[in-house]
Amino acid sequence: MVQHNISHFSATFAALADATRRGVLERLARGDASITDLADSFDMTLTGMKKHVGVLEQAGLVSTEKVGRVRACRLGPCRLEEEMAWIARYRQVWDARFAALDDVLEDLKRQEQARGRKQRK
Amino acid sequence: MVANNASESRRTTVEKTSDREVVVTRTFDAPARLVFQAWSNPELFRTWWVPRSMGMTLRSCEMDVRTGGSYRLVFGEDAANTFAFFGTYLEVVPEQRIVWTNEEGGDAGSITTVTMEERDGKTLLVMREVYPTREALDEAGTGAQDATHETFAQLDALLAELAAG
Repeated sequence: MVQHNISHFSATFAALADATRRGVLERLARGDASITDLADSFDMTLTGMKKHVGVLEQAGLVSTEKVGRVRACRLGPCRLEEEMAWIARYRQVWDARFAALDDVLEDLKRQEQARGRKQRK
Repeated sequence: MVANNASESRRTTVEKTSDREVVVTRTFDAPARLVFQAWSNPELFRTWWVPRSMGMTLRSCEMDVRTGGSYRLVFGEDAANTFAFFGTYLEVVPEQRIVWTNEEGGDAGSITTVTMEERDGKTLLVMREVYPTREALDEAGTGAQDATHETFAQLDALLAELAAG
């Protein structure tokens, strides 16, 4: 997965870097909404909201569909789960390494203390 | 088990500071001399750099941690299928700073700088990886560096909310 999808991570995380766009995702996680609904919710012009939705759509985080005169927005399929899995894996590597380093350091501290006690005797 | 407060202070943060640079920070509850020891003694280093949970077998770990010295880590389940990570230590200042090259990627190799700063018996570790090009960073290792416009802590909170929704 990592090998295939690295290129879209930049787009995804750039999309997530904006507070309004994160808000839009949270809103869509609760239920689908039209661009007009979203613009109202975030007290924003239609044009401004279209831009934000466009960025999210390009990153694959949101999909839109024209239904009559309304553009309906919903969370994009699966993408977020991929991101979550990928992040979780990266975190696992570093958390595991540093947790193991914590253990090594605890051992070293204990050894130092034991040596210290010996020297004082 | 560590208490919540302790685990909070031990949080690893990862930040992409430019197209070519990634910074990882972590605080350890130990003086810098011990952190340096754990990074420079191969017997200690191999136990935490490749923890069991990573599911990788480290066949050998050679490190000559001094300025101009080199290192070589060889991974693989059997002798016929191995891969190596290797490079040179550009600068080593005991208990303060280790700088090394990552040469397994050829010209696209990165330079890693680790600094250790001791405060009240704890050590703030900052690891900085600089790649020659943006593309090299994108392709590097797990590619995880690309995911670090924000700290993982912030993303975790967001993603957890989205998942719950």
